[in-house]
Amino acid sequence: MDLTRLPASELAGLLSTGEVSSVEATRASLDRIAEADGDLHAFLHVAGDAAIARASEIDQLRRDGRELGPLAGVPIAIKDVLCTNDMPSTAASRILEGWIPPYDATVVARLRAAGMVPLGKTNMDEFAMGSSTEHSAYGPTRNPWALDRIPGGSGGGSAAAVAAFEAPVALGSDTGGSIRQPAAVTGTVGMKPTYGGVSRYGAIALASSLDQVGPVSRTVLDSALVHDVIGGHDPHDSTSLRDPWPSFAEAARAGAASGSLAGVRVGVVRELDSEGFQAGVRQRFDEALALMQNAGAEIVEISAPNFEYAIAAYYLILPAEASSNLAKYDSVRFGLRVTPGETATVEQVMSASRGAGFGPEVKRRIILGTYALSAGYYDAYYGSAQKVRTLIQRDFAAAFAQVDVLVSPAAPTTAFRLGEKLDDPLAMYLNDITTIPANLAGVPGMGLPIGLAPEDGLPVGIQLMAPAREDARLYTVGATLEALLHESWGGPLLDRLPADFGRSAARESGQPDHLVPAPGPGTEPDGGTA
Amino acid sequence: MGADKLLSFEEAIEKYEPVLGFEVHVELSTKTKMFSGAPNEFGGAPNTHVAPVDLGLPGSLPVVNEQAVRYAISLGLALGCSIAESSRFARKNYFYPDLAKNYQISQYDEPIAFEGEVEVELDDGTLVRVPIERAHMEEDAGKLTHVGGATGRIHGAEYSLVDYNRAGVPLVEIVTKPIFGAEDRAPELARAYVATIRDIVRSLGVSEARMERGNLRCDANISLRPRGQEKLGTRTETKNVNSLRSVERAIRYEIQRQAAILDAGGTIIQETRHWHEDTGTTSPGRPKSDADDYRYFPEPDLLPVMPSKELIAELRAALPESPAAFRRRLQAEYGFTDSEFRDIINANLLVEMEQTVAAGAAPAQARKWWLGEILRIANARGVEAGTLITPLHVSELIALVESGQLTDRLGRQVLEGVVAGEGSPDEVVKARGLAVVSDDTALLAAIDEALASQPDVLDKIRDGKVQAAGAVIGAVMKAMRGQADAARVRELVLERAQA
Repeated sequence: MDLTRLPASELAGLLSTGEVSSVEATRASLDRIAEADGDLHAFLHVAGDAAIARASEIDQLRRDGRELGPLAGVPIAIKDVLCTNDMPSTAASRILEGWIPPYDATVVARLRAAGMVPLGKTNMDEFAMGSSTEHSAYGPTRNPWALDRIPGGSGGGSAAAVAAFEAPVALGSDTGGSIRQPAAVTGTVGMKPTYGGVSRYGAIALASSLDQVGPVSRTVLDSALVHDVIGGHDPHDSTSLRDPWPSFAEAARAGAASGSLAGVRVGVVRELDSEGFQAGVRQRFDEALALMQNAGAEIVEISAPNFEYAIAAYYLILPAEASSNLAKYDSVRFGLRVTPGETATVEQVMSASRGAGFGPEVKRRIILGTYALSAGYYDAYYGSAQKVRTLIQRDFAAAFAQVDVLVSPAAPTTAFRLGEKLDDPLAMYLNDITTIPANLAGVPGMGLPIGLAPEDGLPVGIQLMAPAREDARLYTVGATLEALLHESWGGPLLDRLPADFGRSAARESGQPDHLVPAPGPGTEPDGGTA
Repeated sequence: MGADKLLSFEEAIEKYEPVLGFEVHVELSTKTKMFSGAPNEFGGAPNTHVAPVDLGLPGSLPVVNEQAVRYAISLGLALGCSIAESSRFARKNYFYPDLAKNYQISQYDEPIAFEGEVEVELDDGTLVRVPIERAHMEEDAGKLTHVGGATGRIHGAEYSLVDYNRAGVPLVEIVTKPIFGAEDRAPELARAYVATIRDIVRSLGVSEARMERGNLRCDANISLRPRGQEKLGTRTETKNVNSLRSVERAIRYEIQRQAAILDAGGTIIQETRHWHEDTGTTSPGRPKSDADDYRYFPEPDLLPVMPSKELIAELRAALPESPAAFRRRLQAEYGFTDSEFRDIINANLLVEMEQTVAAGAAPAQARKWWLGEILRIANARGVEAGTLITPLHVSELIALVESGQLTDRLGRQVLEGVVAGEGSPDEVVKARGLAVVSDDTALLAAIDEALASQPDVLDKIRDGKVQAAGAVIGAVMKAMRGQADAARVRELVLERAQA
């Protein structure tokens, strides 16, 4: 039995009965990382010895008959944006190279307390700015489906690690799609919880009003299990909700068991689909809608007119908050310090350190944000963007008065090639077009694989969204849809992941631009769904 | 520095109308900081009273100190302000090494308290109403020490040390509206206003309000406009004014300096100015234009502050009487004349008086000690009397004197010990061995010894020349090194004569 192929829920079952030890499971993950990560570069830091030591502690506790949480002993990968008191936490930036925080993020503390075993820190775009993980200061992560493709971003490392069976589950963070878009392009499941549903304490801030930590996994149930561990009120985060939450795992199990979507009203957001989206993405999306309709769902077209302004508003609010959040990296108390000459003033040291420590995308957004907040421009830019945000929240409210969940493609295209959009920031920004509205409104969103695009054989994802605080609804509907899809495919999508990374480059379709309609179905080996 | 031309104060006021404005920062005496659990304590080894939030470490998040909010509401109410149903924190962005996050969390366009009024009493009892624009919450910055260079300022320093112990200490900033009509009493009003704020803050118990420790800091704004002109003149903001006396002097100086410039046809530069206690002058700080761009925006890590009506009502009900009412009540209770009472107010010792009397001392005694020996030491040292000794210790000292355990003279020695930090009066008495000899046997032995060398004294007394006892008393006091109660010695000598 290859332990790395098991979903966390099944691995947890074997751990609880003692059939498998946490040390065995952890070692299997570490071996898989050793085998695959040379190709992928999903990890920035692997804590092998610490993971084995922790796994062996958990095994001992289990032998002692101690009561353990449902995921005790299960390995997990952690996005490098989250603070860990025993591993460097760099947000993939040079400016934090080697920095080990004196504290754990609340989510990390909670997963440790639940007996989960941290494997290491995963790669990401620097300070979570990007949609491809190419903006990491430590080199890009590659997509296990095709090594010359991006794994999405910013959380490409977590998604690639989970897709490539290096870890059963991982933590990500989602400011404008950084969990859902990587999930879509790697064939994994990713959940952005309701804003305030999961603590941000110890998550290195990008844009405080948009950031949310969430799970990445290969099944809906696994995300629900991890969400149960990390969620809930945290007094260290003032924006953390005090609401009690239902068990997300129960919600997912109920959804998987029912097999029916009878009575579920599913809204298709007109503004989150476009002729310009990749043909295979639209095809799989339409098939998923048909599958849901066959299972009893009522499909309703919904208009959310202000979504059109979401990207513009987002790229004002995010840089504005980021420009302030990133001001603390000045070399005075921590992080990289560059001293330009003996007589340098403190301003010169700050400036040189920031100049050397930040990458070009970070600098671009700091400059944008500083400008947007400047006197005389504030009302026109930041002020207007906040008004748009309110309008988008109203659009969501109006939509959810008519339907239970909203759906859209999780990303406009399948994974694009490394380097393809690196010199075109606007094209890169447009990749978040479907995921951004949920962050602006604070509602939960889930990315879920719905097949491979016929033209390139790469994963396509659907996004499900629910009203704020209705995360459980996404787990229920998501698990039902997942079960229907698995049934139609005869197994999980990731079963079709190419086993040999070295050969995967040969599978490329050669399409230079996936916004252009691709050749018809059947030209690709792994194109079809049932 | 110090080469400023000055116009005489009288001439300045004759030609120009001074317009005042104050920003007073009050450090709240909460147990922990504004946004972290680190202790809010003065002093401590550098960078020991810090939490991740105070150091701006990545991933850390601020959480509002609820006690600080309560204190701010109480202070707002005591200033006659309205309390906002919803107020918000904002980020004030600028790079400076004493600011760990390179932004300060402060309230900007939505302060917790606004539109109030404070009644200020001048030395002769004249009442002036000072309009309050707002009182808002914010966090203090860390402290920089510039090493090397001549001035202790950042320019010319070889390096600077940063101590973040103060970073994140809760502050309330009280901002007045422009104050018109003070005229030649502007300097006096400035002092009286700051004293009033200090008294209010102390009576609320929300701050120790010790100016020398920076618990209460005043930035004094002043502008002049020619008589008859409607438009306000350009203002300067004088910082670093750390005593009541300095506030008065700084305002007076700025009036004279600005008047000289205007008189010569010059223009006032809008800038901050630093007050120099030693020279009694101000010098230019950084230029401060209205275009300073702090890129304020609402702090996304914090929710709006929305105090319930019940909380506001509860805090309003718990407000102590205003300092003005407090003064009227105490004067009546103590039975002091206007002039006796004014001495106390002018020495800024009313709160100390009240606490000393509350601790058990008689008002007359409390007044005698505070305005006498304690004030003398304070003046000699150039500090405020209230910083030398606590009211509790003064009342203990008075009790020792009243019970006869100390003479006045011994009491003054004990006071010196307490002021020197040797402990409570009891501890000083013990440590220095200063107690009055109250053992009659010891006194009688000394009396007999003295009588032996002056055998005729008893006869003189018996003959009615009671003053002859003085010689014996003097000798006994000398033999006891002053540690005897002269009245008791006198009684014993007279008893001997009757025996």
